[in-house]
Amino acid sequence: MSTADAIACGSPYFTGDLRFPGTLVFMLNNTNDILTAVGIVKTFPGAVALDKVNFSLRRGEVHALLGENGAGKSTLIKCMTGAYRRDAGTLTLDGTEIDPHDTLDAQKLGIGTVYQEVNLLGNLSVAENLFLGRQPRRFGLVQTGEMKKRANALLAQYGININVSAALGSFSVAIQQVVAIARAVDLSGKVLILDEPTASLDAQEVEMLFRIVRDLRARGLGIVFITHFLEQVYDLTDRITVLRNGQLVGTRETASLPRRELVTMMLGHELQSAEKAVAEAESSSGPVQFRFSNYGKAGTIKPFDLDVRKGEVVGIAGLLGSGRTETAELLFGVHKADSGTAEIGGKPANLSSPRAAIAARFGFCPEDRKVDGIIGELSVRENIALALQARRGWARPLSAAEQNALADRYIKALDIRTSDREKPIRLLSGGNQQKAILARWLATNPEFLILDEPTRGIDVGAHAEIIRLIRELCAQGMSLIVISSELEELVAYSSRVLVLRDRAHVAELTGSEITTEHIVNAIAAAPGAGEHP
Amino acid sequence: MIESALRFGHRLLPQLVALTIILLLIWLVFPGFFALEIQNGRLYGSVIDILNRGAPVALLAVGMTVVIATKGIDLSVGAVMAICGAVAAASSVRGDPLTVTLLLAIGTGLVCGVWNGFLVSVLNIQPIIATLVLMVAGRGIAQLVTEGAILTFNDPGLIFIGSGAFAGLPMPVVIWLVFGIAVTLLVRRTALGMLIEAVGINRRASTLSGIQTPLLLMAAYMLSGLCAAIAGLIVTADIKGADANNAGLWLELDAILAVVVGGTSLLGGRFSIIASLAGAMIIQAVNTGILLSGFPPEFNLIIKAAIIVIILVIQSPRVQAGVTFLSRKSVR
Repeated sequence: MSTADAIACGSPYFTGDLRFPGTLVFMLNNTNDILTAVGIVKTFPGAVALDKVNFSLRRGEVHALLGENGAGKSTLIKCMTGAYRRDAGTLTLDGTEIDPHDTLDAQKLGIGTVYQEVNLLGNLSVAENLFLGRQPRRFGLVQTGEMKKRANALLAQYGININVSAALGSFSVAIQQVVAIARAVDLSGKVLILDEPTASLDAQEVEMLFRIVRDLRARGLGIVFITHFLEQVYDLTDRITVLRNGQLVGTRETASLPRRELVTMMLGHELQSAEKAVAEAESSSGPVQFRFSNYGKAGTIKPFDLDVRKGEVVGIAGLLGSGRTETAELLFGVHKADSGTAEIGGKPANLSSPRAAIAARFGFCPEDRKVDGIIGELSVRENIALALQARRGWARPLSAAEQNALADRYIKALDIRTSDREKPIRLLSGGNQQKAILARWLATNPEFLILDEPTRGIDVGAHAEIIRLIRELCAQGMSLIVISSELEELVAYSSRVLVLRDRAHVAELTGSEITTEHIVNAIAAAPGAGEHP
Repeated sequence: MIESALRFGHRLLPQLVALTIILLLIWLVFPGFFALEIQNGRLYGSVIDILNRGAPVALLAVGMTVVIATKGIDLSVGAVMAICGAVAAASSVRGDPLTVTLLLAIGTGLVCGVWNGFLVSVLNIQPIIATLVLMVAGRGIAQLVTEGAILTFNDPGLIFIGSGAFAGLPMPVVIWLVFGIAVTLLVRRTALGMLIEAVGINRRASTLSGIQTPLLLMAAYMLSGLCAAIAGLIVTADIKGADANNAGLWLELDAILAVVVGGTSLLGGRFSIIASLAGAMIIQAVNTGILLSGFPPEFNLIIKAAIIVIILVIQSPRVQAGVTFLSRKSVR
């Protein structure tokens, strides 16, 4: 029996062609499908962003859309929400063919989208945001009371009880996201697309969001979920569709897809499994190069002691708000310590400003690279040369040839993917921006490098490369402080792990103590119930 | 080398095209426009007149470009011109030697710049508010210096700055050309240009990269004060007297316009001093052109506004993208 025959008679025995698992899902005319996209093609000048991609979404499922940066996830989403016009292919929503010409149109048809950066108006109230453009009116005047009542009722469905008259911007990103979801579901109600909703949430907020998503699934919505976090994919989703280089790799049931195979689908090659760093034995015996004693700042982070040896990677773990970034900023002189001393190689060191820290051969890749890292309009070359140039001073410019050589060297060494070094850095993907910021510091030849969430929000491939770089750097004798909420990562490369809770250092794990379990225990330990796991 | 020259040419193209079109339009209604003659070893003609009359705005535009590149703005330059002119006139009337007079005026401009820079970089006040303070107070200060009258002087050295000639060109033209080129070389041959652009685009990331952001901001406002001082000297020397009420009046707006017409974004970042100088000349060419073509003077501002709107439309990202698209198509 051929494939076509199987479909024609709806054979229950035909379970899928292993070579083209994705193609089949749409071909089986499943009446449970709420949204199907068939043969979507989208080309941009000089590039095919989507090449005959098929996608189907069932009622009452959470469907992960995965792929590395540039795989075509956003393009596919934008074709489905009308933000882009597709060049070819058909979209079917609830059995009828649709052709949304803009996002508003798609919303009216039933497809709502919530983006990572909440696209609502922070200065308006929660209620106004929920009912913007459709406020309850009487005689042309907005009925504020009625609107608040409805807003409260709407949010109550999501288990949220907040002051709906307060400005949306005064709430946490998680609440803003729920408001965005509430608005999208209320407006559209058939399909909800969540584009990296968890990127800036902490663990509890993620749990709250997942509870809401599961509720919506139970109500029969089709939900598309885009994320970089594989744990969340396995935690939440029913099926997974993977794109690579604008083409469909496949659609699979989450439960029957091993993580390793998923990563292989995304990357096209197997990721080397993370192994414990071996440098630990030798590095922990060397002399202490950087010593911070009783170092702290009132109201920011409680005084702590920290010794770092040459070639050592010290990991810092803790929940959001536990003082991780504050520790990094204190070490780098962004905030001035008001207690304790810093010593480098046994001599007192002045770390009163970033400039002073840089003079002491420190480097700092900040967590929020868009705000604190990249100079968006400047070229990749200038971004890489910046810190070195700042240290040399304005009167001793790096010549064009020197800058070019510097940029070319690091673009090659770190595999920064850019069409050329003169491209404005804001046009690069997140992972490549991160590598360019790393290059900016490597160019200054630092001895002490602080990496705050170096792998946040970047795709799996770049992730592995950053980890490989961290290993290489410490092998070259550089001392690293790495802050990360990805515990497996910390375990993989740290010689020691500091655990933070409530703006204080509460535990230090070494050697065989470094396991994700121990770190989680230390983070979760009740205050006063013994600091060490 | 050729590559960077091409990029430079591409950057300046809209301004040069606009300037050429305006000059040609003036020539159509006023055929003697391009005529030049030499009298007493000095060039005369309408084109020279544009270069000469445009000197104050050109000088202000140099400093304004750098300030705007840092994501700031300096509204006080017109008032600073008046203060520095008044200081120079008072000094000259007192009988100070020319060098003292010049140093006093320039020093005053730098002090004004330090004040603005202090408000912006140390107290972190928004530049538009910070410089508004001196814009409002400045003319009062100038009136205090001149004691409410128009101070006239007749020191030939000081007057030479406004109406003298050097190498056949009026002194103001020589001054703004030399000064503009000197500042361009200063920012582009050192790393200052890149650091200023970095601060303008992302101040926090720049500080984290080790750039001395407060010092750079201070330097930018001091440069603007210096430019205003020189422009104030030229205006004062030209009329042989300090007019606290009218010297440099509204010129801050012309300077901002020159920068914008020159294609530097008010959001800070990438800047070109040469393009701003071209912008200043465009504005002056429009002014002079309207006078020469004999339109009733009440149309002047409206025509000026219309021409500027056209220039800005040509520069808008949308139109630029369209032009790029079309030119690529035609190449194929």
